[in-house]
Amino acid sequence: MSTPSPLFDAPGPRARRRHAVLTALGAVVAAVLVALALRRMAEAQQLQASLWSPFLTAVVWREYLLPGLRGTLQAAALSVALAGVFGILFGAGRLSPNRSLRWTCGAVVEFFRAVPVLIMMIFAFTVFAQRQVFPNELNPLAAVVAGLTLYNGSVIAELVRSGVVNLPRGQTEAALSIGLTRRQALRSVQLPQAVTAMLPALISQLVVVLKDSALGYGITYGELLNWSKTLGSAYANTVPAYLVAALLFIMVNVWLGRGATAVERWLGRRRGAVSQPVDDGAPALPAAGPTR
Amino acid sequence: MITTRGVGVVDVLGRYDVLGAFWVTIQLAVLAALGSLVLGAVVATMRVSPVRVLRFIGAAYVNIVRNTPLTLLMVFSILGATFILGLQLSSATGSNIFRWAVVMLSVYHGAFVCEALRSGINTVPHGQAEAARSIGLTFGQSLRQVILPQAFRGAVAPLGSTLIALIKNTTVAAVIGATEAAGLLQEIVENETGTLAVFMIFAIGFVLLTLPVGIGFTALSRRLAVRR
Repeated sequence: MSTPSPLFDAPGPRARRRHAVLTALGAVVAAVLVALALRRMAEAQQLQASLWSPFLTAVVWREYLLPGLRGTLQAAALSVALAGVFGILFGAGRLSPNRSLRWTCGAVVEFFRAVPVLIMMIFAFTVFAQRQVFPNELNPLAAVVAGLTLYNGSVIAELVRSGVVNLPRGQTEAALSIGLTRRQALRSVQLPQAVTAMLPALISQLVVVLKDSALGYGITYGELLNWSKTLGSAYANTVPAYLVAALLFIMVNVWLGRGATAVERWLGRRRGAVSQPVDDGAPALPAAGPTR
Repeated sequence: MITTRGVGVVDVLGRYDVLGAFWVTIQLAVLAALGSLVLGAVVATMRVSPVRVLRFIGAAYVNIVRNTPLTLLMVFSILGATFILGLQLSSATGSNIFRWAVVMLSVYHGAFVCEALRSGINTVPHGQAEAARSIGLTFGQSLRQVILPQAFRGAVAPLGSTLIALIKNTTVAAVIGATEAAGLLQEIVENETGTLAVFMIFAIGFVLLTLPVGIGFTALSRRLAVRR
């Protein structure tokens, strides 16, 4: 049985004929669409080898694409690191027994999740430029990182909160019963487990950060899309330049997605070991099995 | 800090057409929501179909679109598709930008709608289809009366998140010069100083647009939740 969904049974002879027709139809439609796209490109002289051959030279990569990739990765890495800190702080704040702190953190998180990242970037860029918070050439990067940090930090705060809330109650009860304060229990028992459990979601969030860093294009940040535009002007190959940029984005993101899946699988294998002490010398608790 | 430097709320609302810009945002969001719903439904059908070629095409579409930045799609629609490939959707510059923005928003979010619908279908246990078949319902009957009603209910929550993301992502159309909210914000901060008041007008505008959607979809998904 290899039906992809509960919707369908194993096909009989009539269904098999119908599938053959649909297969042919799907292939033909896809082929026609690809052919139309290629013809359009050919008519616009975009398939000429002279437009594509620059991508085989070192100078295009050294001068345009690699700086672009570096800009994208730099903004993404900085944002993820800061968003992680933001998320843990505000996620923990939302779990605080202090009502006003809980409420404030909740309002901040909900606010930044509702405001578009580009709006935050444009505003941060203006403020940084007009108040000269950073050296001029750093303003675009700082604005991109600010926008991405506030939005993704809020998303991560929600992940942290739900991660802690979804832990088995016994974890907190055990921590409190051995005499830890609430804060100690949160810091050394709940958060480590919650963060481990949300690692795959965090890596998937990296894909979002990486894609959203392209919004920096709107505020003149030198990321991959912006450099591809420059490349397209320099070599008069705009369409190929964007297609190559898209390919690079897709490759990096697919690779990140695979990483998330691998981490998820790895976590699944060591589930139950999460609550064991880090100290290797200590004997593992027999009760901390996968049944918790 | 709010009014000591630069413009205040009243100045901005008086001198700039903020409501008009948000009206464009709403138009973009509604049209793209419809477009992405149709596209997403078609691709979701392909992805759950028993025909391997259709499944492959659907998966390729989703994987390509989901991993490409929306900004790139937008920029390509004007600098690539319109200028170089000559694919104009309207002879007037403004409406060409608007139409391409709707198309690209639909194409991008169609992939997410597809995944939302697919996750809805995945919430329906195999036993439901088997039970429907075993009491003698035909394929069409079991689909119509047993599986799809449950699948749509399961898809409500992820569809709501997608719609909220779509509303916020209409701002990306500003990079190709659409006259929606983010474009107007850019114009204002270039002409005046960027005050917190200006930012708050736009931020609260989006909170007002997304909050009801979030509340509505959460309530709906709770009311429609299938008890299992």
